[in-house]
Amino acid sequence: MTHSLNHLPSAKEVGTYDPHTLDSNFSDLHPPLTPRQAMIESQRCLYCFDAPCVEACPSDIDIPSFIRQISENNINGAAETILEANILGGSCARVCPTEILCERSCVRNHDAECQPVLIGLLQRHATDNMQFESHPFKRAASTGRHIAVVGAGPAGLSCAHRLAMLGHQVTIFEAEQKPGGLNEYGIARYKMTDDFARKEVEFLLEIGGIEIQYGQRLGENLELATLRKQYDSVFLGLGLGASRALGLTGEQAPGLMPAVDYIKILRQTNDLSSLTVAKRCIVIGAGNTAIDMATQMARLGASEVTLVYRRGVEAMSATDHEQEIAKANGVRMVTWAQPDEILLNDQGRVAGMRFAKTHDQGGRLAPTGETFEITADAVFTAIGQGFEGASLSDATAAELARDGERIHVNEMFQTSLPNVYAGGDCVKPGQDLTVQAVQHGKLAAHAIHQALAAKQEAA
Amino acid sequence: MNTTPFNTLSFPGKKNSGDSVVNGVDLSVNFAGIKAPNPFWLASAPPTDKAYNVVRAYEAGWGGVVWKTLGEEPPAVNVSSRYSAHYGKNREVIGFNNIELITDRSLEINLKEITQVKKDWPDRALIVSIMVPCNEEAWAYILPLVEATGADGIELNLGCPHGMPERGMGAAVGQNPDLIEKVTYWCKKHYSKPVIVKLTPNITDIRVGAQAALRGGADAVSLINTINSITSIDLDNMVAKPTVGHQSTHGGYCGSAVKPIAMNMVAEIARDPATPTLPISGIGGISNWRDAAEFIALGAGSVQVCTAAMLNGFRIVEEMKDGLSRWMAEKDYDSIEAFSRKAIPQTTDWKHLDINFKTIAKIDQDLCIECGRCYIACEDTSHQSIAKLTEQDGTRRYEVIEEECVGCNLCQITCPVENCITMVPQETGQPFLAWDNDPRNPFRVAS
Repeated sequence: MTHSLNHLPSAKEVGTYDPHTLDSNFSDLHPPLTPRQAMIESQRCLYCFDAPCVEACPSDIDIPSFIRQISENNINGAAETILEANILGGSCARVCPTEILCERSCVRNHDAECQPVLIGLLQRHATDNMQFESHPFKRAASTGRHIAVVGAGPAGLSCAHRLAMLGHQVTIFEAEQKPGGLNEYGIARYKMTDDFARKEVEFLLEIGGIEIQYGQRLGENLELATLRKQYDSVFLGLGLGASRALGLTGEQAPGLMPAVDYIKILRQTNDLSSLTVAKRCIVIGAGNTAIDMATQMARLGASEVTLVYRRGVEAMSATDHEQEIAKANGVRMVTWAQPDEILLNDQGRVAGMRFAKTHDQGGRLAPTGETFEITADAVFTAIGQGFEGASLSDATAAELARDGERIHVNEMFQTSLPNVYAGGDCVKPGQDLTVQAVQHGKLAAHAIHQALAAKQEAA
Repeated sequence: MNTTPFNTLSFPGKKNSGDSVVNGVDLSVNFAGIKAPNPFWLASAPPTDKAYNVVRAYEAGWGGVVWKTLGEEPPAVNVSSRYSAHYGKNREVIGFNNIELITDRSLEINLKEITQVKKDWPDRALIVSIMVPCNEEAWAYILPLVEATGADGIELNLGCPHGMPERGMGAAVGQNPDLIEKVTYWCKKHYSKPVIVKLTPNITDIRVGAQAALRGGADAVSLINTINSITSIDLDNMVAKPTVGHQSTHGGYCGSAVKPIAMNMVAEIARDPATPTLPISGIGGISNWRDAAEFIALGAGSVQVCTAAMLNGFRIVEEMKDGLSRWMAEKDYDSIEAFSRKAIPQTTDWKHLDINFKTIAKIDQDLCIECGRCYIACEDTSHQSIAKLTEQDGTRRYEVIEEECVGCNLCQITCPVENCITMVPQETGQPFLAWDNDPRNPFRVAS
C-alpha cells in the first residue's frame, strides 16, 4: 500500500473483521429489489401527469413512464426510457441522492400516502435486468465530424455516447488507466459493487464510434490547443482531481491523506484485508466524500472514527440519509470545530489534531477561543476538490474564462473559447452530482451537434 | 362430525356458528320457503362437490349450500387444467374462469351424501342443483330421487356455458325461453319442494328468462351463471388459458369482475312489472358483506358465493356475517327483509332521470397531493374543466373551472386520494324535469 499510511497496520493485522465479514461489509449497501418487490413497488406509482419527480431529476428521466413499463413487465422498455435520458442510469440509480431529488418530490410523500415510491431502486431494477441482444441505441449516419472529449467520467462518457448517436466520431482522452471517473475511483465501494462501473462503460461503448486513449492528461501530455486544431469540437469533462489542503504545518506528515486518494485505493483493491487501517482516525469535511471515507474506515475495522465539521449538521452537504449511514456505522460527528494544528509524534507522524471551537457570529464563522484535541493515527481530509495544478495551464487552456476556479460556460455549455464546450464537475453550475454531469454531457453533445450542423449549412 | 368430548369450539354467537343472530341482529332468511340461518350460501360449484367440502362449509358458518350439479349417469368426465384468472397488477384475482363440467361423481354417491348431510345439518339450507336432458322422462326419473334425500329444494342449472350446451343442456336450455318454461313446469310437476331456476347471462335480455321461469311455475330464480370468457392468451405458445395439452376453450367467467353485470341483471328482474315478487338469489362476484348488502338492496333474498371462497377458503363467511350484521345494526335494519329491494325505487330508466340536476366537482386543496391525474384525465378526455396552476413557491394547484364542469365524475374516479374530490350538487332553481317531458326532446310526452 502507498505512501503516507504505510506505517499503519493492515485490516488483517487490526483484525476487527475476518476477510469474509470485510467482504460483506462492502457488499451492496441497499440490495436490489426482487422482481416481485419491484412489481409491487411499481404499483405504488400514481403515474402523475407532469410529474414532480421528473422535474426534480437533473437528467430528465421520464420516471412515471419507466415505472409503468416495469409494472407491465416490460423491463427492456423501462431501461430504454431511462437510458435515452441518462445513459449512466445504472450508476445514477446507485449513487443519486434520490432523497433530495426525485423521491423527495414524489407525491406519495404526503401524509396519507406513507412514503415515496422507491424510484432509485426501481431504476436499478430496470437497468440491472435489461437484456438487449444488441445496443439499444443506433447511430445516425456518419457526419464525418470528429470530436475530442477530455475525461472518461460521467460527463465525458455521456457526451461521447450522445455524440456517437448523433453520428459523430469521438475520441476520449482519459488521464487514468480505466474509464468511469468517480464511478470507478471515487464512489464508496458498497454503493458500486461487482465492478459495475466498468460493465456500464462497456455497455455504453457498444454503440460504436468512441475510442478511449488512456494516460492522456491535460496539461501534461495533452494540450488544448492541439485538440482544438485536430478536432471539430472539444468537450472538457475533466474532474477535480486535487484535494484542497488544510493549510497547516505538517500537512505532508505520514498519517495525513486526502480522502479521495484513500477511496481510490479502496475501490481498486482486490483484497480488502490488505488495506491499511487507522484504528483511530479523523475525517475532516461534511460532504458525501467525508461520509464515505468515515463509513468505509469504520467498516474496515477502525474502532474510533470521528468526523469533524466546522459548522452545524444542518449546513452539511451530505444528505440526512448519508449522515444516518455514517451514524449507523458508529461514526462520531463533531460539529462547530475547525482544524487548528496537526499533532505529530516523535517520529514526525500524525498523532492527532487540535481543533478550535467555532460559532456563528452574525452569519460568519468565528473561533470561540476554546480548543480541544483528538488523538488519531490518521487524518483524512475531504474539504473540497479542485483542478490538478497543471490541467488548465497550457497557453490555450489558460485563456478559458472562469467562474471562480471552475470553467465558465453559457447555457449551451460553450466555454469562452470557440468550439470548446465543458460540463460536469469542472464547470460552475454544478451540484457535483453524477446525474448532473451526465445531463451536462448530453446537453453539450446536442449543442455541439447543432453548432456543427449550423456551420455545415453556412458553408 | 365433532368428536371433542367438551365442545369448546362452539359457543352462542361464535362467528362460525350456525346461529342466525349475529351481533344482536337476526340474519335468518326464508327464501321462497327455504329457511336458512343467514343469506350466505355457497353456489353450485367445486366448493360444494361432496360431503367433505359441504360439511366444512357448514362448520365455517355458511347458511346454505347449493350442491354441485347432479346429472344423468354415467357422470361427466372432466379435463385436466380447469381454471384460469384475469389478474390485477399485484396478482390479485379480478376475474376467474373455469371449464369444469357438472359433477363427475356417481349419482348414487351424491344422493347418499346429500341425505346424510341434510340429516346432520337440519338447520342449514341444502339445495340440489340438477341438469338432465331436455325431456320429461329424464326429469321425472331424477326428481323423486332428489326429493328422497330430504334436501330443501332444487336449482335448475340452465346456464352452464361450456361442455354441457353441446349435449343440449345447460345454457342451450337457458337461452331458449320456451325450454326454460317447459323444464320448470316438469320440475314443478315431479317435485314438491321449491324450484329455483338459475339463469344464464349469455343472452340479450335477462328478463325474458325470468318471465319464462315464472310462467313455468318457478318459486324463484338465481343469477347469474358464468359468462362466456377467455381470460388470457399465452403469447409464447399462442394458446388461451386454461391450457389442456396444446389447446384451450372458452370457459365461464365469474369473480368480482362480473359483479356489476350481475347486479344490473338482478335489478332488471326486480323492477320488471312481469316478475314483481319473484324471489331472486343473487350470484356474481360477491366477495364481502358489502357486495351482499348491495345485491340484497337490489332485490336479492339470498346471495350465493363461489369464487371468493375458492380464493380464500370458507372462513370468509365469518367477516361477511359480522360486517353485514354490524352494518344492519347501525342502520336499524332488524332483518334481511327490512332492506331487501330498498334501492329498487331509485333504480330507473335513463329517460326518467332529472335533466335539470347539476353536480360539479370540488377539489379539497388540503387533501390534494398534486399528482395531476384529474387534470390530464379531464384535459385529454373530458371537458377541460380543471385548471393547472402553479403557486409562487412552485407547488401545483388544480382548480375546477365550475362553468365548464358537467359533473361527469371522471376526476373523482381518477383521484388516488379518497374524499379529495367530491361532487357537489348545485342549487339550480329549476324543477325536476325528466327527458320524457323535456321540450328539447322531439319525442317528448306532453305533460
